[in-house]
Amino acid sequence: MVAIETSGGEGLRGGLLTTADGKPLKQALAHAQARARRKALLLVVPLLAFIVITFVVPIGQLLFRSIHNDGFSANMPQISAWFDETKAGDAPDEAAYAALVADIAAAAEARTIGVVGTRVNYELSGTRSLFTSAGRNAEDLEPPYREALLDLNAKWGDPQLWGVMRSVSSAYSANFYLAALDLARDENGDIVRAPEDRRIYGMLFMRTLWLSALITGLCLILAYPVAHLLAVLPLAKSNLLMILVLLPFWTSLLVRTTSWMVMLQEQGVINNTMVALGLVGNESRIQMMYNQAGTIIAMTHILLPFMILPLYSVMRPINPSYVRAARSLGATSWTAFRRVYLPQTLPGIGAGALLVFILSVGYYITPALVGGASGQLISNLIAYHMQDSLNWSLAAALAALLLAGVLILYWLYDRLIGIDNLKLG
Amino acid sequence: MKKILTLSTALTAVGFAAAAQEVTVMSWGGAYTVSQVEAYHKPFTAETGIKVVSVDADNPATPIKAMVEAGNVTIDVADVEYADAIRLCDEGLLEEIDPSILPAAPDGTPATEDFLPGALTDCAVASIVFSTVFAYDTTKFPEGPTTMADFFDLEGFPGKRGMRKGAKANLEMALMADGVPADEVYALLETDEGVAQAFAMLDKIKADTIWWEAGAQPPQLLADGEVVMTTAYNGRIFAAQVAEAKPFEIVWDGQVYEYDLFVIPKGAPNMEAALEFVKFSTDTQRLADQAKWISYGPGRKSSGALVGLYQDGVTEMAPHMPTSAENLTNALASSYEFWVDRDSELNERFNAWLAQ
Amino acid sequence: MNVSTADAAFVEFDRVQKSYDGETLVVKDLNLTIAKGEFLTMLGPSGSGKTTCLMMLAGFETATHGEIKLAGRPINQVPPHKRGIGMVFQNYALFPHMSVGENLAFPLEVRGMGKSDREAKVARALDMVQMGAFANRRPAQLSGGQQQRIALARALVFDPELVLMDEPLGALDKQLREHMQFEIKALHDRLGITVVYVTHDQGEALTMSDRIAVFNDGRIQQLAPPAELYERPNNSFVAQFIGENNKLPGIIEEFDDKKALVRLATGELIDATPVNIRAKGQQTLVSIRPERVEFKPEMMPPGIHRIGADVLEVVYMGDIFRTRMRVAGSEDFVMKCRNTIGQRKLTPGERIEIAWHAEDARALDPM
Repeated sequence: MVAIETSGGEGLRGGLLTTADGKPLKQALAHAQARARRKALLLVVPLLAFIVITFVVPIGQLLFRSIHNDGFSANMPQISAWFDETKAGDAPDEAAYAALVADIAAAAEARTIGVVGTRVNYELSGTRSLFTSAGRNAEDLEPPYREALLDLNAKWGDPQLWGVMRSVSSAYSANFYLAALDLARDENGDIVRAPEDRRIYGMLFMRTLWLSALITGLCLILAYPVAHLLAVLPLAKSNLLMILVLLPFWTSLLVRTTSWMVMLQEQGVINNTMVALGLVGNESRIQMMYNQAGTIIAMTHILLPFMILPLYSVMRPINPSYVRAARSLGATSWTAFRRVYLPQTLPGIGAGALLVFILSVGYYITPALVGGASGQLISNLIAYHMQDSLNWSLAAALAALLLAGVLILYWLYDRLIGIDNLKLG
Repeated sequence: MKKILTLSTALTAVGFAAAAQEVTVMSWGGAYTVSQVEAYHKPFTAETGIKVVSVDADNPATPIKAMVEAGNVTIDVADVEYADAIRLCDEGLLEEIDPSILPAAPDGTPATEDFLPGALTDCAVASIVFSTVFAYDTTKFPEGPTTMADFFDLEGFPGKRGMRKGAKANLEMALMADGVPADEVYALLETDEGVAQAFAMLDKIKADTIWWEAGAQPPQLLADGEVVMTTAYNGRIFAAQVAEAKPFEIVWDGQVYEYDLFVIPKGAPNMEAALEFVKFSTDTQRLADQAKWISYGPGRKSSGALVGLYQDGVTEMAPHMPTSAENLTNALASSYEFWVDRDSELNERFNAWLAQ
Repeated sequence: MNVSTADAAFVEFDRVQKSYDGETLVVKDLNLTIAKGEFLTMLGPSGSGKTTCLMMLAGFETATHGEIKLAGRPINQVPPHKRGIGMVFQNYALFPHMSVGENLAFPLEVRGMGKSDREAKVARALDMVQMGAFANRRPAQLSGGQQQRIALARALVFDPELVLMDEPLGALDKQLREHMQFEIKALHDRLGITVVYVTHDQGEALTMSDRIAVFNDGRIQQLAPPAELYERPNNSFVAQFIGENNKLPGIIEEFDDKKALVRLATGELIDATPVNIRAKGQQTLVSIRPERVEFKPEMMPPGIHRIGADVLEVVYMGDIFRTRMRVAGSEDFVMKCRNTIGQRKLTPGERIEIAWHAEDARALDPM
């Protein structure tokens, strides 16, 4: 504590600063500010609640779903209990089969047998109908249940099936993450790579990152001169140009994507023009859509404003005298750009690149429409598992991995450039 | 007994009055939805006063799980494929529909006997039989491909192909194109070798194929010249052929046909109206009426005799139906047992194959 | 310093014109030579063309017509970085992403100077502006005055022979500004560099310059050392722009080389020195400095015309009394008297007679 001279209203008592009436100064200050702080808190409560409800909770649910699926455990209580009591590798006895049959009959009655079958089917393909057909015949099954079930379908004796049922008898499992990384468990529970004709996600993750990086790079190359032009033009002219930049923003994403389809398709505007100009033969029209080229072209166009705007907002306030100063100090125009202008636009480059990259990592409508097979991104598979295969746990695991990837990039960015250097506009 | 009946009728009537005078039906869009609006929705509204809201989806089965699990069901009736109907029903996502409430045929045959075999399940009532076929542009091939094998023959018939993005029907067609008789297709697909054989066949045209998702896309791709031949739902091609006079031709060889069914998602907001809609739409006359608008076969035996001319008044519908005898020479009935069980596995494999 | 002969010309503007839009000339027919070692100030209101001239000299604007020479060499086609001219900008233009030391090292680095030489020179330049301890700071951490010194040091660190300064003190408060004026002037004298200095502050121009070029409307109105400019303005604009001035409109009654007799609108006659007078009967504007007006008869030159004045207001300003009077119908005629012991105090309402030496009243062109 710094010693201060006592004078007027402030006092020094026992080494503590005090107010005129002898209260410790810190306490008095805290008291005086508490009201203001409470008021400030009240003001942000709606936003806080909104963020929690619309962001934190869904992400929490997503992460939870990626490790939790009680499709089997919740609907098959008796056999799950049997698995709890025995240990891995124990051969199923008659009691196990009896528990299984009872559970199947109950699940069939409750119309949840499909859920059970689907859950097991995620881990071991081709097993769903075992459960549904057993469910339809559950009433006819009589002891001894082992024989009865094996009569129905010999697969009920398969140790691998029992291994899978044991693993799904717990609602919590990391298997969806394994699947999302093209890994699987073999009969012994060891982690192995998925069969070659099933490996897809690793390759799609890499492709997504690579295409996103490429699109980000293209956006940067295209946006930098445009943003610079906007920044140096007189306000009246630059506002007009800015409207042109923003125009696509005000157009629906679907409309823009479909217009690119009109442009890019084999019988489309660009190809027709090139054929008319004799640049390419009618028979050798260039395929610019339904492949990666389509995804790259359309996404670069759609995401371009997200690069231009942060760049512009950083460039606009840069006084032209910086570059002039550099020139007068003996720098060539290239050196002046590289050493003086470019470093000052780094916050804009960082913000734009991060924005475009993160947006493109999660894009799916555009690749779905113009990307064909080779232009699909990981988000298309997430959408597929959300909407078509309805394997939400796998979709959640994939999304969580994507989220983790983006967070790692964010962290890297913070380490390398510094997040406080980010300027979004 | 009579008293109870009157009472229940009255109650139903009160129920209608109290419930929203609206029922939301989700279907596949395009010409197919048009046929349903004309044959079912409009007469239903005229008769009951209940408004029908029509919603489209690439596949109406897909939003149901999300809706039911989130407890936010916004549709009352959905039009889905067979395997989806079974799967959703098994997972408890659909209301059960008691077949005995469905109207009997005009001659008094009960509904349970009047519907085609398998057309009634615990949760679903079939309305039509549709088929996945392939069609081509006659200006590109005046002689035309005639067999399923021709679709996979890039040398004999060069040009881009269109196929649905998914395993179903594609694998069956690939095997039939490879010479597998229709009745052995599913037995072969149960084996790894059979699946490998199908994918090897698809490999031949993979690089030249554009993958479609919505049923309205393939006729558009054909019309735009983006593809020279494509698989498609037969009714969509028929609509383009007849209503829009497009130079398309269907090849029936190797067609894969199946039912489309009405289902009611669990917790549908207008349950009573939804049931009324399903009952109304699947009676003998309505199913026959729909064939006036699109070339899908009715799911009832008694409707067959009532199918006549297309709404233009000159086109005979029978030859355009998947179920007409001359179209069934090499045809395959889609196996729901197979697809309910293998759908996720084969689609996973298909996606991996596609992405590679 | 008083060098302005053509053979000593270091910088030369030869019939330079500049237009941005092709319709109006911002700089009209500029001819100017600046001697080596001279401190020349371009003074004028905004839009007068002075900054444009500076930018043409620096190479950031190209002359539409005419030639600019540096050390006898035409530089119209020489890019800015090859001109070797140091420049201090209005907002200092210190690179915000570099430390003070890096800012100073920049011009040396782009010239390919080795690291140790660079460091020595940077240290020397920083010491020169008394900022030796600040090499590792960022510009944003410095005060305005400190930034100003760094900008100065950066413009000087690579030993340019010519340094351009574009209103470098504009952002500083009055006291700091006056201090920096002194320092810049001292540096100029010590280093023997040539400085072209742009400002709109006449006080600054008068304090620092060897010569001042007064700009208006794209032309140099007068080019002269400060004292001459102040005491013998060539035209009404210069007279008005430099310092405070009383102006009395009238008609030339008689004139010769030395003296003119002017009849004011109210009929009185006054004496003046003819500056740009061509004929009798010509309209003129007589300009008299407030501190040259006399009201004590014993101080008036003999035989001079006197003129009546009504005292309207007397303001005590410490070193002087500022007296506002009605003279020849104009109510803003000002007289300044030194606050000396025994100075006679005037009171508002008093009627007095005033006069001046004919040399102090300049009969100029009517504005």
